[in-house]
Amino acid sequence: MVWTRKDLLGLEDLSQEEIEAVLSTAESFKEVSTREIKKVPALRGKTVVNLFYEPSTRTRVSFEVAAKRLSADVINIASETSSVRKGETLIDTGRNIEALKVDIIVVRHNYSGAAIMLARSLRASVVNAGDGWHEHPTQALLDIFTLKEKLGKIAGLNVTIVGDIAHSRVARSNIWGLTKLGAKVTVCAPRMLIPPGIEQMGVRITEDIDEALSRADAVNVLRMQFERDEENAFPKQLEYFKNYGITQERLEKARKNIIVMHPGPINRGIEMSSEVADGMNSVILEQVTNGIAVRMAVLFLVAAANENIKNEDSN
Amino acid sequence: MKILIKNARVIDPANNLDEIRDVLVENGKIAQLAKDIKLEADNIIDASNKIVMPGIVDMHVHLREPGREDKETVSTGTKAAACGGVTSVLVMPNTLPTIDSVENIKLLKGIIKQSAYVNVFIAASITKGRKGEELTDIAKLKKEGAIAISDDGASVDSEIILSGALKKAKKEVVLLICHSEDKALSAAGVVNLGFTSTRMGLRGISKESEYKRVRRDIELAAKLNTPLHITHVSCSESVEIISRAKKKGVNITADTAPHYFSLTEEAVLGYDTNMKMNPPLRSKEDAESIKHGLADGTIDVVASDHAPHTESEKEIEFERAEFGVIGLETELAVCITELVKSGLLDWPGLVRKLAFNPAKILGINKGTLTPGSDADLIVVSPENEWVVEKKRFLSKSKNSPFIGKKLKGIVEYTLVAGKVVYKSEIHPH
Repeated sequence: MVWTRKDLLGLEDLSQEEIEAVLSTAESFKEVSTREIKKVPALRGKTVVNLFYEPSTRTRVSFEVAAKRLSADVINIASETSSVRKGETLIDTGRNIEALKVDIIVVRHNYSGAAIMLARSLRASVVNAGDGWHEHPTQALLDIFTLKEKLGKIAGLNVTIVGDIAHSRVARSNIWGLTKLGAKVTVCAPRMLIPPGIEQMGVRITEDIDEALSRADAVNVLRMQFERDEENAFPKQLEYFKNYGITQERLEKARKNIIVMHPGPINRGIEMSSEVADGMNSVILEQVTNGIAVRMAVLFLVAAANENIKNEDSN
Repeated sequence: MKILIKNARVIDPANNLDEIRDVLVENGKIAQLAKDIKLEADNIIDASNKIVMPGIVDMHVHLREPGREDKETVSTGTKAAACGGVTSVLVMPNTLPTIDSVENIKLLKGIIKQSAYVNVFIAASITKGRKGEELTDIAKLKKEGAIAISDDGASVDSEIILSGALKKAKKEVVLLICHSEDKALSAAGVVNLGFTSTRMGLRGISKESEYKRVRRDIELAAKLNTPLHITHVSCSESVEIISRAKKKGVNITADTAPHYFSLTEEAVLGYDTNMKMNPPLRSKEDAESIKHGLADGTIDVVASDHAPHTESEKEIEFERAEFGVIGLETELAVCITELVKSGLLDWPGLVRKLAFNPAKILGINKGTLTPGSDADLIVVSPENEWVVEKKRFLSKSKNSPFIGKKLKGIVEYTLVAGKVVYKSEIHPH
């Protein structure tokens, strides 16, 4: 078997084969959601905990739907309602959840590396649902899955990622995943939102959005998280839309069938116009649908691998 | 009480000595260094194939007492020191309370007198509470026993205040030690700025935040013609700046810590908080530059920057974890492994970095085996290998970046004032 990891923590560590294993597993799970009875027994008797330290609706719901369609039992823990507020450490929380004989912990955390730390301390599987600015592997996998579904391949594609690259875990995971599969990635943002050394991840950098779009087969538009601009490093919203916002006018100068993606939730009129978000090139809602198949695949693969690890340990 | 150490390779740079000798220790002093001493002794140690050198003088240590006895105490920290071959430490003043007044020095001296296994020298703070605002009474602190001043952990931002401190330090003949960091530049950073901070999704600490402040501190020292010591140098630019200043004759000295030449930022990629310290681990090129700085004399001293922290302060999210690592028990072996075995320094060269130079810089009568001096010495098996294990640390805290590493060089005996304070049979590695 290609997939032997008990955890999915990021795409940086994964090989091309491992990423392809997730994508092909997702393909086979996609059909489940089109059935009248949208359920398979793959994770029956397994328990999945969604441990979310950051507010999130779409990712949490997507994981919950994915787990339920695999027949797992799902429990949601949000930091506001748990002992996390009482000062319990992440590892202690994880160990307590594990003591409930939970099989998979899906963790979203505002600190980079939190999922890695948790995975190191636990025998349960850990799936990273986004850690700080570091990685958001399932988002990138569903972006890649959608792209591949639309264009038939990833190798050789020109993909542009626009927006706050510096603070984006979605950007990092997409860059690792896409480059491993042979795509050519361009990142486009004002200089202050380009983190140092990013070219060493194998990307091209440009500040010119029209140039970045001109050769692109797809553009992944990041959410501008103005609410998180602690260092006051962001351009003003209107200025950003003027210089980097994806508009129909800009798309007309790009390739005709350019794919427009967005991890959501969209700031209409900031990252892209409503016209683009709802337009012909947008695959934003398909990304949401594909997210379920990809997360089903990830939950399934890590659970199976962990089962194997446990069996080997007991032999 | 007589101790006779037989057939040792005795290394004492102060006397240009590197030969097979016997060492006689009597009444706490080095009594004789000679070939084949034929005398009765209370304790005869066969040191064939072993090295005898002056005990390490570690000029950058945090023992946490008073105030943070959960991390380390003078007792546990100096036991760890003895185990690492360190016979003298200079303790940094960032305790609770800060060592910024006569009363607080008295408090610390009381603790040291009761519980220290090795010599403990005191660095008081430059400014009250290490806030960088108001100078301490350096004359009184010196009189009470402080031999150096430092706001370690913080840099004195104000040039006016630092100038005032330098003038006082010169007058009172205490060494001013600079933690050179511009916090306005390093801000909330936690790892080296660049590809490492980017791929980890963490805020970076630029090399600029260090070397710009190193440059400023040296310029002030030059202007006021006052000795100044830069501690924990981590990057090539700092090495370059120090080297140029030394060539111009500026009276400065510098130290680095073992992790800055033995580890690089690669070690931090797994978010291991035992790799988190300030300044952060830098690039491979920086580590090389530190090594060359040690070899060519730009960097005078290796000091541990022993910074114990509890598990609850370290086993948490990387950004929230405390900065700092322990080092007393590993520094000698890391130096042997990385500097001597690689041919970068010879043994006498290493003894200079660890014992002779720091003693000289601090102006203390240590770091030598000259007959008549205090018998602070160590017996080392230079070739023996050991693996660093968490459970074997004598330090109260276990936050070492070297856990799991195989190192060369074992401390067999540590003597302080002629008394055996550590023997490897007791805590075999």
